[in-house]
Amino acid sequence: MCALLATLAAGLAFPAAARAGEPTGGATPKVDLVLDVSGSMRARDIDGGSRMAAAKQAFNEVLDATPEDVQLGIRTLGANYPGDDRRTGCKDTAQLYPVSTLDRTDAKAAVATLSPTGWTPIGPALLKAADDLGTGAGSKRIVLISDGEDTCAPLDPCEVAREIAAKGIGMTIDTLGLVPNTKLRKQLSCIAEATGGTYTSVEHTDELTDRVNQLVDRAADPVVTPVATEGAGQCTDAPTLKSGLYTDREEFGQQRWYKVDVPPGQELRASVSVAADRSVNPDYGVLLRAVTVHGREIVRGEAAGDGRTDVVSTGLRYPKAESDDEDAPAEVVCLQVTNSFSAASGVKTTPGLPVELTVDVVGGPSQADDVASFGLGRGWWLLGVVVLAGFLAGLVWGWVSRWRVAVWRTN
Amino acid sequence: MRITQVLGAAALMFALAVSPAVADSSPSPSASGDDAPPTAAGTSFRTAAEVEQGQQATASAATGDYLYWSFPADAGQRPTVKATVKLPDAHAAQTWQIDVYDGLRRRQACQYGAQTRTVAQGATSVGLSCTLRTVRAWSEQWANDPLPGTYYVRLTALNVATADLGQPISASLQVGSKDIGGSAAVDGSLAKPLVPGIAVTSKSGADEGDSSKSAVLAGLEPEDGWASGWWSDRWVWTAVGGVLAALAGVGGYALTRGSGRPGRPGRVPPGA
Repeated sequence: MCALLATLAAGLAFPAAARAGEPTGGATPKVDLVLDVSGSMRARDIDGGSRMAAAKQAFNEVLDATPEDVQLGIRTLGANYPGDDRRTGCKDTAQLYPVSTLDRTDAKAAVATLSPTGWTPIGPALLKAADDLGTGAGSKRIVLISDGEDTCAPLDPCEVAREIAAKGIGMTIDTLGLVPNTKLRKQLSCIAEATGGTYTSVEHTDELTDRVNQLVDRAADPVVTPVATEGAGQCTDAPTLKSGLYTDREEFGQQRWYKVDVPPGQELRASVSVAADRSVNPDYGVLLRAVTVHGREIVRGEAAGDGRTDVVSTGLRYPKAESDDEDAPAEVVCLQVTNSFSAASGVKTTPGLPVELTVDVVGGPSQADDVASFGLGRGWWLLGVVVLAGFLAGLVWGWVSRWRVAVWRTN
Repeated sequence: MRITQVLGAAALMFALAVSPAVADSSPSPSASGDDAPPTAAGTSFRTAAEVEQGQQATASAATGDYLYWSFPADAGQRPTVKATVKLPDAHAAQTWQIDVYDGLRRRQACQYGAQTRTVAQGATSVGLSCTLRTVRAWSEQWANDPLPGTYYVRLTALNVATADLGQPISASLQVGSKDIGGSAAVDGSLAKPLVPGIAVTSKSGADEGDSSKSAVLAGLEPEDGWASGWWSDRWVWTAVGGVLAALAGVGGYALTRGSGRPGRPGRVPPGA
């Protein structure tokens, strides 16, 4: 019997190879490479060559490896104005190659003309780069390569990045720093954090090439683009959501309400992620509640954490019971999203934190009538009990029939 | 004698009922994963790299990145996530952590394993592991028990010194699972596994307006191999229990008979 059980168990053990199978965005992914061409790029500290030479070599290799379906553009900052006037220097950003289907020869020729020149206006360059990418539905990625922090205060590039992310959907800024310098690290990682991007410190040409290639490939990967929605302050004004992926912004201490129609016999699945795109105080949380239109809480999902994080997320399920009435209307379920993030001192609280909301209305579960599967038994105690019961039943049966025979014989 | 025949027939019927199930539960073709394991990780839930169980996923990234992978886990499995991070040559003391989330992005507890580990300055690598609770086929809506569906893994460094930010690292991740079997077979089942976006992706399929029961049957899709949830070794235990009870009943009956047959002429029952 052990062998039989082992066979059955082996039959059950096959790995489930399911794909999340999410639909693709359908639109062309766009990447804008933003290269710092400020005077400091002349420094010869990357593999014995200048930073500029390393960047050029990396760009050439990246242009060769860019996938066909990615539209790629190149923007420079500090490439044209060599003077000392800060105001002019801080406007010095130019589109070297427009975001379009790539002509490798043209793009390489354009890159070859670059020579280190001016200031480092990161903030303005990012704003222009966001304009370069436009408003298409596909994923949009800005790759910023810089060797020095922004020299154009008071415009904080970190806040610029946050505003860009708040304006456009699916806009990510990845940053690469060419110098291991604390101030640069802080600024570039702040820019990356603001948009859900990554910061990498690069010290060799091949690292730069690999990383930029990886980022361009990442842009080419099809991902679901969320639909922008705007939750309301209370359930009655809330937008009605269907199954899908949504994005919204929620300020510190703000409530967001959404509505979902759940027909009888269907199950609502909702999950929410609130991203910390700026420095927040440690100890935070997020609460997602499903509430009836009358204000009664049905179920809640809550999550809390402390320390460094990118998002905090939670979810809930609500299976609506079957109805005998065929024409029973769908129940309106209100979803309330609140967060308990608090901004670190000196951090702007607008725009709100990015919220990602997934809603799925699927068939309802078949409810459990018993703890065990179909109420079946299992284990040696079960066998012991049934054997004992069977044995006793047999004995009783035997005694009863003997008694009946005895009675019959007596009569 | 009649009872033996009845019980024997019942046992035979049980065996007949069980045997097609044995045939049904043969490994599905999708078990042989011909997809290459991912060599990059995602940076959010939305972009998580998909890993099949048993595959070794790798990624090169930077310290401070949040790396995301996702893997499917089915009812009766107890998944274990193991991650190894190769650290750069020079770095300060760092703390690394893996977090596992279910398909509803609810954080899942680790039963055991080093989910968080702090390594000293200059350590070359850090290994992390997390063993989840057993995935159940069904749970009450208010519980956050692990359910069949997608699971997300997030790997990141906590409290990184600024000087370490952006340093290149390479990470590898492997998900295995132990089959717990019938002891974890619970009643009830989900109509659809807890896969995010499944309501959107399955819309093209022919399953609109279905009742929950037929949806369970339709959920057995060979290419993705989600278990239907009705089979467990509890059927065998219960059937075997029935057979043994029948045999014990016959035995008990026979004991009261002694060695001979009742009612044969010339023999008097011992109790008479």
